[in-house]
Amino acid sequence: MISVGHYLAVSAVLFTLGVLGIFINRKNIIVILMAIELILLAVNINLVAFSSALGDLVGQVFAMFVLTVAAGEAAIGLAILVIYFRGRGTIAVDDANRMKG
Amino acid sequence: MTADLALIWPELILTIGGLVTLMLGTFLGDRQVGLYQLAALLTLAAAAVAVVALFGVNASVFSNTLAVDNFGGFAKLVIYGASAVSILIAPRFFAGGMRAEYPVLILFAALGMGIMASSRDLMTLYVGLELNSLAAYVLASFMRSDDRSSEAGLKYFVLGALASGMLLYGISLLYGFSGTTDFAGIAAAMGGKLNPGLIFGIVFVLAGLAFKVSAVPFHMWTPDVYEGAPTPVTAFFASAPKVAAMALMTRVAIDAMGPAIGAWQQIIIFLALASIILGAVGAIGQKNIKRLLAYSSINNVGFMLIGLAAGTQAGVQAVLTYLLVYVVTTVGAFLVLLQLRDADGNYVESIPALAGLSQRRPGLAAAMAVFMLSLAGIPPLFGFWPKLLVFQAAVNANLVPLAVAGIVASVIGAFYYIAIIKTMYFDDKSEVEIDGSRNIVEGSIITVSALWLSIVGYLFIPMLTVASAAAASVLF
Repeated sequence: MISVGHYLAVSAVLFTLGVLGIFINRKNIIVILMAIELILLAVNINLVAFSSALGDLVGQVFAMFVLTVAAGEAAIGLAILVIYFRGRGTIAVDDANRMKG
Repeated sequence: MTADLALIWPELILTIGGLVTLMLGTFLGDRQVGLYQLAALLTLAAAAVAVVALFGVNASVFSNTLAVDNFGGFAKLVIYGASAVSILIAPRFFAGGMRAEYPVLILFAALGMGIMASSRDLMTLYVGLELNSLAAYVLASFMRSDDRSSEAGLKYFVLGALASGMLLYGISLLYGFSGTTDFAGIAAAMGGKLNPGLIFGIVFVLAGLAFKVSAVPFHMWTPDVYEGAPTPVTAFFASAPKVAAMALMTRVAIDAMGPAIGAWQQIIIFLALASIILGAVGAIGQKNIKRLLAYSSINNVGFMLIGLAAGTQAGVQAVLTYLLVYVVTTVGAFLVLLQLRDADGNYVESIPALAGLSQRRPGLAAAMAVFMLSLAGIPPLFGFWPKLLVFQAAVNANLVPLAVAGIVASVIGAFYYIAIIKTMYFDDKSEVEIDGSRNIVEGSIITVSALWLSIVGYLFIPMLTVASAAAASVLF
């Protein structure tokens, strides 16, 4: 029988992967966008698992909000990335160093 | 439901005003800049009037998701004021590059911030925060052809999204272990024994919010974003979102996590001390004024967090007073920065270029000196007053070591503020010729805020006390 604990474990693993994906990855900003999606999905798994365990619909409504905002966030992130690429000609993480101090 | 609509007039006005401005921009093109500016300013003014009209109302609307109270009202007035200034100063900075999106994005960001400041449910908290953040990411990269601006937007986006992710993860844990997203319900669940799930939730939520107020150790985006973003946008970032995020943090800490003060007080104390010390030390040696002001904002957030750490009504009152004074000071400092152009019309951002400013533009140098001394909290200036309130609240809440550490660190912080004054008044004239052109609107905002921060501000203390007490008392 799969309990809430199992869902929480999966989501904790996904969340950690997402955070590591942002910090360890030094190559590509697209990968960072994917890592952000991973974090949001981990949260959604949490919300839906809790919602079904508690027998309370609010968690699923919340998951819908998160999905919608995540779509908007991805669109804005990609738009900024396009502007950035147009100016710099690269999307490598290590090259984002125009400002120092 | 319809009765609830009458209580959210500020939000309704901002939504409609933002959409109308957006439509005007779409149909009239980018040449009618003055018109969009006017529409946006009128919208903000109308929303502010609506907030004032709702003074004293204490209700929660839409199934307890949004609070209409004085606390939110106080924060909203400051937010709308700062947003209006950011709209006013933009056309001169962007010159031909001003587009209709700018006022529209500011309006929607202001709407999101208003929702943040008056949310009393995790869902409204999240939606308000994202509405503000999404608009802010676009604003940071507003100068599309400028490398630094797009890089600032990208960094802000990645780190902001990470912060939202952490906040959301914490929210999901709070929801799961308390069974509700309502602040009052969460507070009830925290009344008993805290389980590890709730503690993890508190930690993640506070970490996400610390990102938004740029408290150490979640501050690393601040200097880069402040430096890279166009100056009017930086002035906006340094003022309005700080107010909203701080108000939100206060409401979450007191309203939702109030019974668990033992768990979050230590976290807030750590954030406060780390921010004050790192903000002061990091600013030393900066050559760029915008970067310096970024560290100064980290430092000032630390002082606000001291007030929050007290967890008392006096502490919250101190936080609100601090926010108002800080916003006036920091907006003033950025406005001074906007007056500095060299002979070619390029904006000057480096500190050495300020050398000898007192001879070229004595009034401007004097105003900058007032803002810097006020940020440092040196007594005759009004910046001293909120710092005093914050320390008083900390001492009364038995946090004497925290107050002592804060006072010591504020002495370190005074060093770099005074270094700027020394550069302006005592260094040899720099080679950069500062252009003498003046702008009546910006000049008068600088004059008024510098005057208010000098001695005049003390006349407003009774008024400020009444307003902040009315706002803070609804949380207790």
